[in-house]
Amino acid sequence: MISFDLNGQPRSVDVPLGRRLSQVLREDLHLRGTKVGCDAGDCGACTVLVDGAAVCACLTPVARVAARKVETIEGVGVAGPSALQKAFLRHGAAQCGICSPGMVMAAEALLRSNSTPDRDDVETALGGVLCRCTGYAKIIDAVLDAAGSGAGPEPEAGAAVGARVERLDGVAKVMGREAFGADVVPDGALYVRAVRSPYASARFAFGDLEAWAAAQGVRVFTAQDIPGVNCFGVIERFADQPALAEETARMVGEAVALVAGPKAVVEALEWDAFPVAWEALVPVLETRSATDPEVKLLHAARKDNQLIAGVVRRGDAKAALDMAAHVVEGTLRTGHVEHAYIEPEAGAAWMEGEVLNIRACTQAPVLDQESAAKVLGLPKERVRIRPAATGGGFGAKLDLSVQPLVGLVTLLTGQPSVMVYSRPESMAASTKRHPAEMTAKIGADADGRLVGMAFDGAFDTGAYASWGPTVAVRVPVHASGPYVIPNYDAEARAVHTNGPVAGAFRGFGVPQAAALQEQLFDQLADQVGMDRLAFRRLNALSDGVPTVCGQELAGVGIGACLEALQPRWDAALIEAAGANASPRKTLRGVGVASCWYGCGNTALPNPSTMRIGITSDGQICLHQGAMDIGQGANTVIAQMAADALGMPVHQITLIDSDTAVTPDCGKTSASRQTVVSGKAAVLAAQSLRAQILQLGNMGAAAEMSLSGGVLSLRDGAARRDIALRDLPEIAHGYVLWAEETYDPPTEALDENGQGAPYAVYGYGAQLAEVEVDVALGTVKVLRITAAHDLGKVINPLLAEGQIEGGIAQGLGMALMEEFHPGKTENLHDYLIPTTGDMPEVVSHLIEIPDPEGPMGAKGLGEHVLIPTAPAILNAIRHATGAVLAQLPARPDRVLAAIKAVMS
Amino acid sequence: MGIYHRPGKLKDALAVLATTGARPVAGCTDVFAATEAQDLRGDVLDVTAIEGLRGIFETASGWRIGAATTWRDIVHARLPRAFDMLQQAACEVGGAQVQNAGTVAGNICNASPAADGMPPLLTLDAQVELVSERGERVVDLAQFVTGPRETVLQSDELVSAVLIPSKSVHGHSRFLKLGARKHLVISIAMVAVRLAVEDGKITDAAICVGACGPVAKRASALETALIGTSAEGADQLVSPAHLKDVLAPISDVRGDAAYREAAALELVQRAIADVLEQVP
Repeated sequence: MISFDLNGQPRSVDVPLGRRLSQVLREDLHLRGTKVGCDAGDCGACTVLVDGAAVCACLTPVARVAARKVETIEGVGVAGPSALQKAFLRHGAAQCGICSPGMVMAAEALLRSNSTPDRDDVETALGGVLCRCTGYAKIIDAVLDAAGSGAGPEPEAGAAVGARVERLDGVAKVMGREAFGADVVPDGALYVRAVRSPYASARFAFGDLEAWAAAQGVRVFTAQDIPGVNCFGVIERFADQPALAEETARMVGEAVALVAGPKAVVEALEWDAFPVAWEALVPVLETRSATDPEVKLLHAARKDNQLIAGVVRRGDAKAALDMAAHVVEGTLRTGHVEHAYIEPEAGAAWMEGEVLNIRACTQAPVLDQESAAKVLGLPKERVRIRPAATGGGFGAKLDLSVQPLVGLVTLLTGQPSVMVYSRPESMAASTKRHPAEMTAKIGADADGRLVGMAFDGAFDTGAYASWGPTVAVRVPVHASGPYVIPNYDAEARAVHTNGPVAGAFRGFGVPQAAALQEQLFDQLADQVGMDRLAFRRLNALSDGVPTVCGQELAGVGIGACLEALQPRWDAALIEAAGANASPRKTLRGVGVASCWYGCGNTALPNPSTMRIGITSDGQICLHQGAMDIGQGANTVIAQMAADALGMPVHQITLIDSDTAVTPDCGKTSASRQTVVSGKAAVLAAQSLRAQILQLGNMGAAAEMSLSGGVLSLRDGAARRDIALRDLPEIAHGYVLWAEETYDPPTEALDENGQGAPYAVYGYGAQLAEVEVDVALGTVKVLRITAAHDLGKVINPLLAEGQIEGGIAQGLGMALMEEFHPGKTENLHDYLIPTTGDMPEVVSHLIEIPDPEGPMGAKGLGEHVLIPTAPAILNAIRHATGAVLAQLPARPDRVLAAIKAVMS
Repeated sequence: MGIYHRPGKLKDALAVLATTGARPVAGCTDVFAATEAQDLRGDVLDVTAIEGLRGIFETASGWRIGAATTWRDIVHARLPRAFDMLQQAACEVGGAQVQNAGTVAGNICNASPAADGMPPLLTLDAQVELVSERGERVVDLAQFVTGPRETVLQSDELVSAVLIPSKSVHGHSRFLKLGARKHLVISIAMVAVRLAVEDGKITDAAICVGACGPVAKRASALETALIGTSAEGADQLVSPAHLKDVLAPISDVRGDAAYREAAALELVQRAIADVLEQVP
C-alpha cells in the first residue's frame, strides 16, 4: 500500500510498487488528465509535480512518491481555469490539447520558482515537453503572460468572423478534461494487443493458438475470424489492406493476430512465446528496385509494383526547355516522415443492442464506419462511430487503426474492448509521408520568365495503397508551384515497397515536390541574374491566367503574399550580408519559397452536410461533424455559422461528430473543412435564418436575438417575438432547423491532367533566415516570415496557430525528421522540433477573397507546411552555396554539401 | 512480478543484493524507457531512499557525489569552476523532468556510449565507489565502464558514490554537446575540456570525447601535447592525429562516422577556445 498526497488529498493505493505513476494515476485512480505519449520520457505529456518538481509520471515508480506531494492537472484550477490556463486559452496555446496537461504542469513548476521568467527560461522549462501542433510560440507566450488578465472577445451577432475568438472547445483541453482515445475505458473491457510482424516481408504460420490462448486465459483472433471482407482502404477502388494479415506480412509492424483478455493478464504475457513461426523473405525496400522485372510483386495485379501514375501535361515542355535561354536541372530524395502526434492511436468498442459502437481517435468518422462495417460484415447502420477527442492527426488518423480491431473483438465476444497503441507500435503501424525520388528541369527566357518545366517523381507508397493515389494525382497538379508555366510535363508514380504504408501527411506529396521546385527556382534566378524574390514575383500566377491544368482562377493571392514579404526580404538580405562580412564560423542566409494548394478532393465529389437547429427551450445546436483534431474546425465553423445566422457565436452549442447524430462532413483532410464544411454550415445557417425571417415576416436585414426561449426579431421599427415553446417540434428535437450540403464544383481531369481539379486554392510564401555553422553543418533557423492568403480570415488567433505549427513540421522535415523502420520507433531516435528549435515566426494574413469559398475563405492547414522546407534549404544555399540532394538536412549532410561546394 | 525493495539503510540494501540479485535502480529514467511494461519486472532495488546517498559535497580527498544525486542537484550545487562542464552536461540530460529524477551514478551504470555524464566525469578523473557485503572498492571510472551497456559492477555490488580527487578539481572547464535539435537530444558527439593555465602556459589538461566510440575516452595524446604550451591559440594546435586513438565512431541515424570525426575535432577546438577565454 502506497500513501501520498494527491492534489491536496491523502490517497492510498494498493498496487505493485514498481508500477509507473502514470499508470497508477490513469488506470488505478482513474485520473486520466495526465496523458501518456511515449512511456519513455521522450515527450513529457505525463509531466506531474512531485514535491513541486516536474517529473515524467511514466518514469516514476509509484513507490517513489510514498509520503510525498503529487500534483496533477486535476489539481490545477479546480474551480475553473487558473490564471495560467486562462493565458493558454487567451493565447491559443492549445490546439489538439494532448500536450496541454504536460505543458501546464511544466509551466506551473517554473512559475513557482520564478514568477517573472524571460523567454529563454520558459523555453528551457518547457523543453522536455513535445508539442506537434503549435510550434510552441503561443505556449511560451501564454506562460510569459500567466500573470496577465483578460480573455478573447465574445463578439456580438454578425461580428464573429474575423475575431480572435478563443477556441470554443479549449477549456477542457487546458484543464486536462478532454477525453482522448485512451481516456474512456468501458467497464469490464477486454484489453486488446496486436501481434505484429518484425519483418518487412515474411510468410507466417500459427502454431496451436487455442492451446496457447487457453493456457494464458486470453482469446486470440486472426484473419480467419474476420466475418466480413478482410480488405480495407481509404479509396475503395484501391482497397488492399487486411485488418489482420493472411499468411504473408508485407511490412514491419503489420498486425497478424489479436490477443484479448483481462488487462493484468494481457500485460503480463510473454510475447516471445506466442505461437507464430516466421519465414523472412527478401523485402523490396526502395522504389528504384521495386520496378525491376525480376522483383516480386507486392500485389499480383499491380505490374512493376506501380500502384498508379498521375500526369499533367500542357504545351510542349521538351521543346520549351530545349529552346530556353536558361535551364536548371536537379534531383532531390526525401525519406519517410512520421506524423508523431503526441497521442498514440487508441479506442474502445462496445455493443448497444445490435449496434457496434466504436470510440477512437480519428479524422474520418464516416470512412471509419464504412470500412469497419465492410471488414466486420455488418450493415453500415450497425456500426456507430463516436469519435474520441483526437490528439493530433496530420493525415495519419485518416486511415483505420484500432477501429476494426476493437470492433472485431467486441463483435465476436459481445464484451467491450479497448486498445491503446504503445509509441513504438504507433510509429511502426501508422502511415508515413511518402519518400520521394524526384528530378526536375526548369527553363526561363532571357528576361527570367518561366517557359517550361519537366518533373518526374517516384513516391514510395509502401506495402498498401492508402493515399498513394492521391499523392500521385496531386503532385503533378501542384509541382509547378503557384507560377505561370506555359509548357509543363509532370508525372508522379506511387510505387509499392515493403516499407511502411505511406499515406496522407499534411500536403499529400506536395511539400516534397515544392522542396525541389523551389530550390531549382533559386538556381534559375541566379542564372538569369535576378533577385530571387523578384524572379518569383515576375512569374507568380494571377487571375485568369491558366494554371498547368489549364484552369483559370480568380482570387489568386500568391502575388500579394510575395509582395508582403518584400520589406523583410530587403532588410534580411542586408542584415545577412552585414553579418557575413566579418570572418566567422557561422554564415547567415535568406531563402524564400511559395506554396499553393487545392482544397478538397482532386476532381472528385467531396460533399459536407451541416445541420443546425433550435430547440423549444432556445438552444441553438450546430451539428459540427467536421472532426476537429486541433486545427480549430469547432471554432471557425461555428463562427461562420453564427454570422450567417445572425446570432452570437457563444450562443451556439456544438454537437460533436458522431455518425448517429451528425451528418457526414467528410474527412478532415486536404485543407477542406473551413472551405467545404464551412460553406455547408453557412448555407445551413442562412437557410435557418430565412425560415425564421419568413416565420416572423421580416426583411433580410432583420436583427435577431434569443433569450429565455424567445426569439426576438427587429427590422427598423418592426418587432416580432417568437416563443419557441409554442412551435411544434419538427425533427431531431428541433422546432426550427435546416440542413444543407455543399459539394465544391470541380471538373474531371483529362488524360493530360487538364481540367478544374479544385474549386478553391490557397496560397502562401515564407521567408527563412538561417545561420549555418560551416564547421559543424548545423542550421539554426532564426526567423520565418510567413505570408498566407486565407481569402477571408475567420479567426486570426487560430490561423496564426496553424501557420506556426505547420512551420514547426516543415522545419522538422527540412532538418531532422527521418523515419527508419525497425530503428526509430521512438521519440528520441526520431526527432521532432522542441521549444528550442523554433524560430521567431512573423505571420502576415492576406485576404484576397475567393469567389467560391465561404465568405471568401480559402484553406490553410496544409499550405503552411509546404514552403518551410524549401525556404530553409534556399537559405542554407544562400549562406553557404551548399545544395542538399537529400532531406532531411542533417548536420552531416549539410557539412558534406558545404565541403562539396568548397572543393 | 518481482519484489520492489526500497530500503532506508545501506546495509539493508547490500543484504538485498547479496541474497536476491535484485537490479539496482535510481532515477528509473533509463530502465522504464527500455520497456513497454507498466511495472518494473523482476526484483528491483531502489536506492533513492538510502540514507546519506544523495548530495554532492567536499571531503578531505576531493568531492563526493552520492549515488542518488540527481542531475538537478548538480545544477543547483555551488561548485568550483572545474565542475562547470558537469553542470553544463547536467542541463542537457533530457529535459527538466529527466534531470529531476535521473542520477549521475545511474548515467554511468547505464553505460550508454552517449551518456552525457561520462566526458565531464572522465575529465575530472572520477572514480567509482562500489560497496557490497564483501567490502568496498574504488575503481577508476575509465575502468568501470568497459563497453556499451557493460560495467565491472558485480551483482552484489552497489555504486555508493562517484569520487572526484582534489588534484583534478583544478582549472576551468567546458562541455559541448552536438545534436540535431536543442532539447531532449542524444548527442552525435560531445566533448569535455578542463584546462589550468599559469603565467600564460597550460599546466594541466584533461580532454574527453563521447558518443564517438563504444565508451567515452580521454584524449591523452592531445593532453600531453597541450601541457606546457602557450595558452594563446592553443586550440589551433589540435590536429586529427591527436584524436586518432580516441575516435571509433559508428554511422547511425544521427550522422555518419566521418562526420563524427570531423565534428569531434571541431568541438574539441571550440571547447578549448571557450575555456581559454574564461581564464583570467
